[in-house]
Formats: sequence, C-alpha cells, structure tokens
Amino acid sequence: MSARPRQPISSGSEWSFELIKQYDREIARLAERYALDTYPNQIEVITAEQMMDAYASVGMPIGYHHWSYGKHFLATEKGYSRGQMGLAYEIVINSDPCIAYLMEENTMCMQALVIAHACYGHNSFFKGNYLFRSWTDASSIIDYLVFAKQYIMQCEERHGIDAVEELLDSCHALMNYGVDRYKRPYPISAEEERQRQKEREEQLQRQVNDLWRTIPKTGDKHKASDGKRWPAEPQENILYFLEKHAPLLEPWQREVVRIVRKVAQYFYPQRQTQVMNEGWATFWHYTLLNDLYDEGLVTDGFMLEFLQYHTSVVFQPSFDSPYYSGINPYALGFAMYQDIRRICENPTDEDKHWFPDIAGSDWLSTLKFAMQSFKDESFILQYLSPKVIRDFKLFSIIDDDQKDDLLVSAIHDEPGYRHIRELLAAQYNLGNREPNVQIWNVDRRGDRSLTLRHTQHDRKPLADSCDEVMKHLHRLWGFDIHLESVQGEQVVRTRHMPLKPSLESEQPRLDLIVPPI
Amino acid sequence: MSYVIDRRLNGKNKSTVNRQRFLRRYREHIKKAVEDAVSRRSITDMEHGEQISIPGRDIDEPVLHHGRGGRQTQVHPGNKEFTSGEHISRPQGGAGGRGSGKASNSGEGMDEFVFQITQDEFLDFMFEDLALPNLVKRHLAGIDSFKTVRAGISNEGNPSRINIVRTLRSAHARRIALSGSSRGKLKLALTELDRLKNEEPDNLTDIAATEEEIARLRRRIDKVPFLDTFDLKYNLLSKQPNPTSKAVMFCIMDVSGSMTQATKDIAKRFFILLYLFLKRSYDKIEVVFIRHHTSAKEVDEEEFFYSRETGGTIVSSALKLMQEVMAERYPAHEWNIYGAQASDGDNWNDDSPVCREILLKQIMPFMQYFTYVEITPREHQALWFEYENVGEAFPDSFAQQQIVAAADIYPVFRELFQRRISA
Repeated sequence: MSARPRQPISSGSEWSFELIKQYDREIARLAERYALDTYPNQIEVITAEQMMDAYASVGMPIGYHHWSYGKHFLATEKGYSRGQMGLAYEIVINSDPCIAYLMEENTMCMQALVIAHACYGHNSFFKGNYLFRSWTDASSIIDYLVFAKQYIMQCEERHGIDAVEELLDSCHALMNYGVDRYKRPYPISAEEERQRQKEREEQLQRQVNDLWRTIPKTGDKHKASDGKRWPAEPQENILYFLEKHAPLLEPWQREVVRIVRKVAQYFYPQRQTQVMNEGWATFWHYTLLNDLYDEGLVTDGFMLEFLQYHTSVVFQPSFDSPYYSGINPYALGFAMYQDIRRICENPTDEDKHWFPDIAGSDWLSTLKFAMQSFKDESFILQYLSPKVIRDFKLFSIIDDDQKDDLLVSAIHDEPGYRHIRELLAAQYNLGNREPNVQIWNVDRRGDRSLTLRHTQHDRKPLADSCDEVMKHLHRLWGFDIHLESVQGEQVVRTRHMPLKPSLESEQPRLDLIVPPI
Repeated sequence: MSYVIDRRLNGKNKSTVNRQRFLRRYREHIKKAVEDAVSRRSITDMEHGEQISIPGRDIDEPVLHHGRGGRQTQVHPGNKEFTSGEHISRPQGGAGGRGSGKASNSGEGMDEFVFQITQDEFLDFMFEDLALPNLVKRHLAGIDSFKTVRAGISNEGNPSRINIVRTLRSAHARRIALSGSSRGKLKLALTELDRLKNEEPDNLTDIAATEEEIARLRRRIDKVPFLDTFDLKYNLLSKQPNPTSKAVMFCIMDVSGSMTQATKDIAKRFFILLYLFLKRSYDKIEVVFIRHHTSAKEVDEEEFFYSRETGGTIVSSALKLMQEVMAERYPAHEWNIYGAQASDGDNWNDDSPVCREILLKQIMPFMQYFTYVEITPREHQALWFEYENVGEAFPDSFAQQQIVAAADIYPVFRELFQRRISA
C-alpha cells in the first residue's frame, strides 16, 4: 500500500471550482465503491450573507414571506456579525437533485468534508430511509414551494398582509399538529395543486356548509345524532381537521392552512431522524475522507485539519459541563454506526450475545439496512449496544415532582443497559416529546364550541404557552375552545378560550373592599 | 453526477422582505426605542443606526409543549459517581448541568431579543411622527447631493460611454506598433518582387518564393485585430459634491419655568430636522445654542435641552446675544446663517416691540432663513403679532408657526424645502 507515491489533489487551503470538481469526482468514485445510492448533486457555492438567508428560511430553498423568518435572520445576522456564532458549514436540501450549499469562506478541506457529508451522506439518507421515501417527494418539493409562495403572495394582494400574517401565525402555532402520522400522504405536485385548487375550494366550502346546515333534514336523523360525539374518533391532525371543518374560514384561508400542513409534513421525517441522519452523514464523511488519505490523495495537513473539524462535530460534553445542552445527535449517531461496523467486523462475546443476528455479518449491507428501515426511536432500541452506553457513560434520572429528590434509575452497567436503551429511545419518540393533544368533540347543535383533549403522559402538564396557542386555535375555529387535560379517564384541568370568569373572582375580595386611606 | 454552480453573484438579500415584515410587526417597540434614542442623542448625532431590544416573550411563537412537573425521565451522558438506585438532591436554579439542559429545552433562556436597525430605518422611524412627505424624507436622508462631471478618459467603463475617437486612435497606434516589422519586410519584399519581375523575369522560383513571402506577411498583418479590448477608452464621469460652504445654525430656546420637558422635546425634534436639512446642503455646520429666560447665555447642547430655569422671559436678550455672536464670529459674507427659535409664546409685554426692531434691523438682513415656532395650544400673545410684522417685511426668509404636537413641525419646513428643492 505505502509503496505508491502520494500524489495529493491539492496542497493549499484555497479552493477553486476545478478543485471542488476534482474532489467531488474522487469522493464520488469512493462512494461508488460502497454503492451509496444518491440523487444527483447540485453543489452551490454561496457567500456568508446568502448562507444567512438560507439559514433564516429554516432549510426551505424557497419560502413564503413571514415575519418569523425575518426574526431568524436578524438573530443570525447579529450573532454572526459579532462573532458569537459561526455559521453552519453546510445546508442540504431534500430535493431531487439534492441541493447542497458550500460557503465561500470555507477552506478546501472543509469543502471536501461538506461534499462528503452532505452530497453523499445526507443525500443517500434522503434517498434510502423509509420515512423519507414514503413521506416526502423529493422531486416535487421545489415546485410545490414555488406554488405556495406565489399563492400566499396573491392572498396578500387580495386580502392584505395583516390578514395573511395572522392566519400564518395561527397555523405555525399548530404546525406540529398538522401531520399525518400513520396515513401516507398523497404525493404533492405543484401542477396538480394549481389545477385542483379552484375545484377544491368550492368543494370544500360545500362540505363545510353541509356540515353546519341548520335546517334539519329529517326528524329521525337529527335525533340519532344527538348525544354522540363528533368526530366519532379523536382527530390528531388538528390542522387537517380545521382545514376541512372549521365553520368560518374562507376558501383561501383553507388553502393556506393546507400549505402550512404540507410544509409540516415535509419536515416531519427530518424531525424523527436527527440522530440517524446526522450520524450517517458523519460516518460517511469520516470513512470517505480517510479513504482519500489512504489512497494518498490528500496531504497530512489536510487530514489534521479535517480531524480537528470532525472531533469538534462529534464532541459530547458531559452532563455537568457548562456547554452541555442534551445529547449531541452527531456524536451519538456517529458512535452507533461505527459500533455497528465494529460488531460486524470484530464482534466480542458480548456483541454475539446481544446482537446474534448481525455479529460477524457483512457490515455494509447491515449498515444500509439499519439506515433504510428505522427512525431514531427504533434505531436506538434496535442497535444501541452496551459498548456505546459505556463509552458515553449514560445514566438516567427520574425527576418526579411528588418526590423530594431525584432518582438515578439506571447507569451504564449490566442491569442498566436495557433500561437505558428503552429510556433513550423513548426520549426520541416524537409522541412522547410533544404533548398528546387531539380533537375530541364539536358541539354541533349548540354553541359550536370545539373541545380538545390532552392525554397526560407521566402527569406532565402543558407549558404556559398553551394559552397563546389556544388563542390561535380560537382564531381559526371562530368559536369557543375548550382544552381538557386527562389522566386516565379523569379530567384534571380544563382551559377555555375565551377565558371563562373563574369562580373566585365572582366573590367579593376582601382586600378590595377596604377603602384606601 | 454532480453540478457545481456559483451562486455568489445572486442577490444576497433574499431575506429583506421577511426582515421588513418583522420590523413592521414590531414597529411599536422600535418606534419607542427610536424615540428614546432621539431624546438621548445629540442633535448632531443622528447619522447612524440603533440597537433595538424587544422582550423575548413578546416575540415568542407559541407552540404546545410540556411544562415542568410530572414525572420526567431523562438520559444524560458523562456519569462519574452515580450508582443505580441512588437518590440525589434536586439541583437548585439553572446553575447545574441538568438544570441548564432543561432550561434551554423549554426555551426559557432568552429574555431579550436584540438586533440592529440601519441608519435609513432609524431616520424613517424618526420621520414618521413628523408627517414628512417622501420627497423631503429622501432629501433629508441625503442621496442626491452630488453632481457628475467629466473627468477625462479611462480604460474602464460603461459601454454607453465609449469614446470612439480615442478608442480608434489607440487601436490604430496598436496596429502600427504590432505590425511594424512585418510591414517593413513587406515593403522590402514588394520592391524585391518588382526588381525580380523587371530584371529577371525568368527566375520563376525566386518570384514564387517572394510572392509567397508577401502573402505570408499580408496574412500576418491581417491577423493583428482591428479592435482589441484594451483599445477601448471611455469617458470618465466622476461624482463631485455640490459646491458647498459653511453654515451656522442658531438654536434659540426659552427655558423659563413655563417650558416643560415635553415642550422642549418637540423643540428638539424641530432643531434636529433643521440640522439634518442643513447637513445635506452644507459641508460644514456649526451649531450655536442660546437659551434665555430674563437673560441669555450661550451654552452647550446638554445644558440647552436639559437644564431647568425659572423666572420671567425677555426674548430680546437672546436676540441681542445672537446678534453679537454673529457680528463677532460669523460674518454674513462667509457664512450662511440660519436661525431657529422655539418658545411657548410668553414674553415680557414691553419687550416684544424691541424684539421686532432687533430682528428687522440687525438680524434679518443677514439671515438665510429664520424660523420661529411657538409650542403652545393657547392663544397667541404679543410676541406672535410683532413677529407677523417681521414676516411681512421678509416673506422669503422668515417663517413662524404654531406647534401643538410633533406632526405640526413639518408645515414650517415645507416652505423652506420647496424653496431649496426648486432652486
């Protein structure tokens, strides 16, 4: 191996378009060796200002206008101009072709790292992982975003910026509750959207009108519906429900709700595969650039610079460090993929006991299977090995507000492995992370109020921002909103919007009766 | 398959609209911050942006999430001394590692959202109350105080400004220079050919060789391009500031007990506006602050706006002082003199005719413009009526106006600006 003379592609830290192309060719050739299946790449070189723009639109290449993106931008701009914060080295977009942004200020080494990370790591993840395959449609997303932007601009012209802004505020507040979790969404196509939009507007409105018809059709049918809840099953996709059934929304407003819902749906897989996605991309930039080095295509200096970036990306501060802010998805994901490879190539007795099916198997196909068939929660449940738990020194804390102190329920030892693994997996379950709030009932014959039900998990209450969210919900629905928090079958707390006068304030308060002196 | 695209030349201001939306939404906060800044800053210091901070909770985008409480389990890395089943006391506050982790997760860390607005935006917000029309705003924010003049010839420029004569001249020179040696050889070859044809018409090989040589040289001369990029010459235009000169601005304000801080703030805006306007028209501006009650005094800005005095009012004292300062330091042939007087209209009754006399005889003949603003909702007193006489005598350079709120400041200016812009 070492007999071959080293002929590095470049030796300085300056990049040029020619060099980027050369590195990309070499990295593509190596990726080919591992049969990484990717979308075509579109590598775009941009300036730091443009990176801030890209940043502000939260990863959408084309976004509709909204003040919250301006807020993002101002925050980024300030942080960057004061040097408090570096910009992300790359942004990659799940589209076909896969768009990756390289920043002008990066060194050649960094550009190569980003190409390996984004254009081959993330890109193959987007194309391979089952969530992305079945929930997003990479080929049509750009077109759809263009459609959405134009539609919202038209709405602003017709109905005023304020009306659209208020509506978007309300929709954004409920964005995480605008996702179909179980049903595969119909693939979106901008062309079809445009064609069907008119038709849908009319049809939707007719449906809604029908639902809220106040003239009884026949006596017996009316009677039959009494006493029953409607909708019959609780609905978890709140935005979808509002789009279809909110009584007072105009057709264009329903369309805007739909747009926000579609965008939320597009991001849904990303939120569920943070560890897997970043881990996968990190694993491949590490593997591919090391291969480049083994072939003598990069210099020692390049490699040292690369390792410095790499180690800072996968750095995991411990819980008592001032830099600690939860588990670093890059670190955990990278460690797990590396560990799977190790289990396949050099299994220990422990691995054979814990992972009899993969110990000693072909690492590449095992790794790809893992990447394709899981999301964070199930990936951790399936593959978190005792070795990784030991390396990270993981431990779990139970913080129960009914107890005086905290309990360390498990640590990185033999009896604790399974417990830690289950808890960590649950931590990545979106269903646990977000409060479980569903649409429970609509008072169709009465005051048209909407009742939602929050099923508490481990007695966790809703945060105070919930009142604000209810205001937004009230704006969309147009009638009273009630939110019940339920433990088991028992309602523990009810919130109302608009606020109902509470009993206490009706009684005269003594301190107010005393006249001021 | 990869495509590399250079997007650096694409617009970088994709976020401008969103940024504007943000400013629009929080204009109340920003306006307040700008107002504070206006009263805090010196009137000669309006030329930069401002840092705005908005309480974090006001710009939150609410979403449903879990609050504190209940039974929370969390896995952390980096265990050092804990064993399973151990009870540890709950860390207090956000100081410990666990505490800070949770605090940032639930988004309680940020309490102030701070950002910067540019000078243009700052002035926009400041002008807003003053109800300025756009033309004047643009004039104040100052874009068009240059004129373009010819400044010779340059090698770079805009295609529409090509200087054809110069370009062809330099192309010609280049053609001569580059083809010089070939031309010389051609000349020799032509004479040689003539000689051969006349003297040795049978020497066909030499004739053919010379003819070929001639053809080769001609090709070579033809290869020198008629016009090359470095022949191009352009007329150079350069921007020159408008001929400007020096101006002095007198700010005169009544600081007697009847002037409240609110009145003074309105006066301050008026002075700022005048200052900004002068700044666009003149290179160098000096500002003289004269305050008066029963006697007048030249002071610095801080004292001018923020010190309190009591007592009666004798306006003529200030005018006398102004006249003295003018005579001593600002001769009218060197300086453009502007005056701005703010008062609540009170004056010692016997003093008002004196004021008129001083203005008419000693001040107005040297003034570019003198404005008097009376900041009061009450009825006019003697001073106003005396000043009306001055206005009749100098209709082009004297203006007086009553101001009740900040938005009334503009009408005073309108006349002045119209004169300036049309001039």
